[in-house]
Amino acid sequence: MGILEVKNVGKRFGGLQALGDVNLSVAENSVHAIIGPNGAGKSTLLNCLVGKLIPDTGSVMFDGQSVLGRKPFEINQMGISRVFQTPEIFGDLSVLENMMIPCFAKRDGAFTPNAFINMMKDKEIVERAEQMLEEMNMADARNDNAATMSRGNKRRLEIGMCLAQEPRLLLLDEPTAGMARADTNNTIDLLKQIKDERDITISIIEHDMHVVFSLAERITVLAQGTPLVEDTPDNIKGHPKVREAYLGETQDAA
Amino acid sequence: MEAIILQILNGLDKGSAYALIALGLTLIFGTLGVVNFAHGALFMIGAFCAVTLSRIISTSHTIIDETQTDFLGNPLKVEVPYVMDWFGEATGAAIIDWAVPLSILFAIPVMIAIGVIMERGLIKHFYKRPHADQILVTFGLAIVLQEIIKYYYGANPIPTPAPSAFVGSFDFGTMLGFEANQIIYPYWRIIYFAFAAIIIGAVFAFLQFTTFGMVVRAGMADRETVQLLGINIDRRFTLMFGIAAAVAGLAGVMYTPINSPNYHMGMDFLVLSFVVVVVGGMGSLPGAVAAGFLLGILESFASMREVLNVLPGLNQIIIYLVAIIILLTRPRGLMGRKGVMEE
Amino acid sequence: MFGLDKKDTRLLLLVAVLVALAPFILNPFPEGSGMAQFNAGYPDLMQRFVIFGIFAIGFNILFGLTGYLSFGHAAFLGVGSYAAIWMMKLLTMNVIPAVIVSVIVAGIFSLAVGWISLRRSGIYFSILTLAFAQMSYSLAYSVLTPITGGETGLQPKVNDARILDGALTDGATPKANLFGLEMGSSIEWSVGNWLFTFNAGYYVAAIVMLLAFYLSIRIFRSPFGMMLRAVKSNQQRLNYTGLNAKPYTLAAFVISGMYAGLAGGLMVAMDTQVGAERMFWTASGEVVLMSILGGVGTLIGPVLGAGAIKYMENILSKINSDILHTWFAFLPDGLEDFVVTLIYPFIGKGWHLTLGLIFMLVVIFLPGGLVEGGQRVARLFGRKKKSTDTPDGKTTPAE
Repeated sequence: MGILEVKNVGKRFGGLQALGDVNLSVAENSVHAIIGPNGAGKSTLLNCLVGKLIPDTGSVMFDGQSVLGRKPFEINQMGISRVFQTPEIFGDLSVLENMMIPCFAKRDGAFTPNAFINMMKDKEIVERAEQMLEEMNMADARNDNAATMSRGNKRRLEIGMCLAQEPRLLLLDEPTAGMARADTNNTIDLLKQIKDERDITISIIEHDMHVVFSLAERITVLAQGTPLVEDTPDNIKGHPKVREAYLGETQDAA
Repeated sequence: MEAIILQILNGLDKGSAYALIALGLTLIFGTLGVVNFAHGALFMIGAFCAVTLSRIISTSHTIIDETQTDFLGNPLKVEVPYVMDWFGEATGAAIIDWAVPLSILFAIPVMIAIGVIMERGLIKHFYKRPHADQILVTFGLAIVLQEIIKYYYGANPIPTPAPSAFVGSFDFGTMLGFEANQIIYPYWRIIYFAFAAIIIGAVFAFLQFTTFGMVVRAGMADRETVQLLGINIDRRFTLMFGIAAAVAGLAGVMYTPINSPNYHMGMDFLVLSFVVVVVGGMGSLPGAVAAGFLLGILESFASMREVLNVLPGLNQIIIYLVAIIILLTRPRGLMGRKGVMEE
Repeated sequence: MFGLDKKDTRLLLLVAVLVALAPFILNPFPEGSGMAQFNAGYPDLMQRFVIFGIFAIGFNILFGLTGYLSFGHAAFLGVGSYAAIWMMKLLTMNVIPAVIVSVIVAGIFSLAVGWISLRRSGIYFSILTLAFAQMSYSLAYSVLTPITGGETGLQPKVNDARILDGALTDGATPKANLFGLEMGSSIEWSVGNWLFTFNAGYYVAAIVMLLAFYLSIRIFRSPFGMMLRAVKSNQQRLNYTGLNAKPYTLAAFVISGMYAGLAGGLMVAMDTQVGAERMFWTASGEVVLMSILGGVGTLIGPVLGAGAIKYMENILSKINSDILHTWFAFLPDGLEDFVVTLIYPFIGKGWHLTLGLIFMLVVIFLPGGLVEGGQRVARLFGRKKKSTDTPDGKTTPAE
């Protein structure tokens, strides 16, 4: 029994069956990648996991509890953190403040109107945030405005913010999309480090095969809204069905 | 039955004004993505185009008329408008009488020019800024325009009558087979409704059947793609802004005989027009028109004595009430598209 | 001090000193001099400075921090005013219950309005708040006349119940007071040609304003304030960080509504009458102008903006063409007339034009308002000073 169990999930947008009948099991403390050509339903699946979309059929269980019908912030409080395709951070806030917010969310829950404490005097939170920045190698940037950082650093900060909540499952939506090679490699190293050092399950949606094969322990291939195969990276590499799905795509595109 | 027909008719003229202003607002919002709080001011300026033109053509010089004498027996000084000199007395008098309809010709170029200047000079710098900034800067512009008009024309309403041919009322009741004097309706309001219908029809036809309109519609749906096709969408959008300004202006011109124009009429209509746009669905042209008439008629029904006896004050709040209910139950309005203005 | 860090304490003390000395600072010109018309140190105007300061500080907690632009805050001010006047009619002319009840009533009303309006965001939110405020205004004018006095408004009458107050002596009129200290009473102090007025009502309102300002600093620096800024910055990230944006925004909305109610209550305490026109949507627009003009999202900005607009409204609008002519009398006649004609539209009754233009210029060129303007000027001078200090022209970034 995995930490995340997706059973018979289907989602239809008007006439388009975005997800057919998806079954997926992600084992605890593994790195599980979901790959597939454009329009395979990867993002729809991810959105069903985090509460942005509600699937028409099926169930999604996280650690034995259903996530369906819960709001994104509730699902996050259950222990699922999400990294977006374009880094989503608080651009108007300083880097340290960015890091403090998830620390508050972890400690105080979804809503705590502590309006009369000076946030900088909250030693526990400030220390935790600074420690996280330290771990992310961003301590120097603590007072910078988050919007002024490079894309790579924004990604690093976003991942750090997710880790500050000590999630049990980290979902990454094409974490290296639109990145330069150097930034991509940095991100891969960061994710490897996270995987080695923490008790965390990582689920990653990715286009870049270099990233997928550097990280994943298991891979699910999605095509036209249904899982095609699920296997180890080595077995996926030469799998005829996968080649067909991808090559078929490229031929169409050409 | 008579009362219902009368209320529908009464709702039409206000509804026409709402629909025309909301149509312009939606054109601007749909094409340029700008929330224009100065649109009410354009309506007001249109009304003052009519005031200005009727003043210009009434410009007169004084002559001493020997045939007439005042009570002291001196020859009487008479103001003679220049138009009477140029076109003869009868034609001149007719021109003055028809000042409001003639103002349409005057207002179109003026309003398009104002719209284009506004777009090029101010609005275009705000495409990339947040909607709140657009609201704020156009709100400031509305104050400025309103104060300029107040400076030149004063704070009091200026009566601007309709041509004498249209003064009076028309008995709809007898035409429909009811008793006489049950449903009477002023001529000018019929004219106003017909005029609004023509303008609305023209705008839709323009968008539907011309290449220009097709490009604009495509741009409303997906601006970036249209630009990628190598079409200079910006210039068309500028002109669209001019047209939207002209629509608001014409609504104002023709409204002057119904309500004497004053400098704050724009603000008064603006708030309601925004409500209309939101009820109709942000970015939907048919929605704006339908909601305009619908709310105008609802307002007029809510003013019936029978209704006010049961629910006093309903006529004052009906529009807002409907807006709140619609926004909460149909977040996109009556005919709104998905994803417009939704963060 | 008071749980603030050094910088904020300094700011609070500075504001406190300015407010305490306002009767001097705002009256720099001797009576009877040509410049005396620029004096703003009379009770009525000084009261308005601080009351609208409170209104704008509260509005800024909503708009400045969360970015939700409400076009209906005048409704809360009006509701607060009505609540206060009813306290004065029924309970006592003492301002304390009036002010407290106005805050509570405005809070409850804003909770209801906010709960519904905050289901939408962006322009829809603005329109919803506008619709609620216009509805309140229309109702106050028509149906609710028994409660609001309709067009005539409400004033305390001699024969009101006032169960806590003793009977008035014959011929006396009810006056707002604080345990016997009448709000309208003033001490005048004449020094040479200068006349300074110290008004009881002003100082009461000023103390409330300082408290309100202090609370807003605490909110700005608190985790709650940071969450509100996070709402403005990126609501998506907030939701996916396990935080529920809705109660945060609603709390900000209610707090700002209570500030508006407080301002409304104080208005009644200073000048015991209410009319529905203070709920009209242009009044809501005015507080938006104040916040933007001063500097939205900054601590001191809204206070500055409120002061600037109320000063213009009262002083600029008093200048007439005769005064202009005396000013420019040194110019040759033709030029004098020309200059006066040029300036005339912007003063007197045309002060709204000046306001609109300044507002547009601020939105276009100075989105941070007067505060940003001040910072830019300070930086300009700061850089000049530094460059003379260090001959190689190297500058260190300002803290």
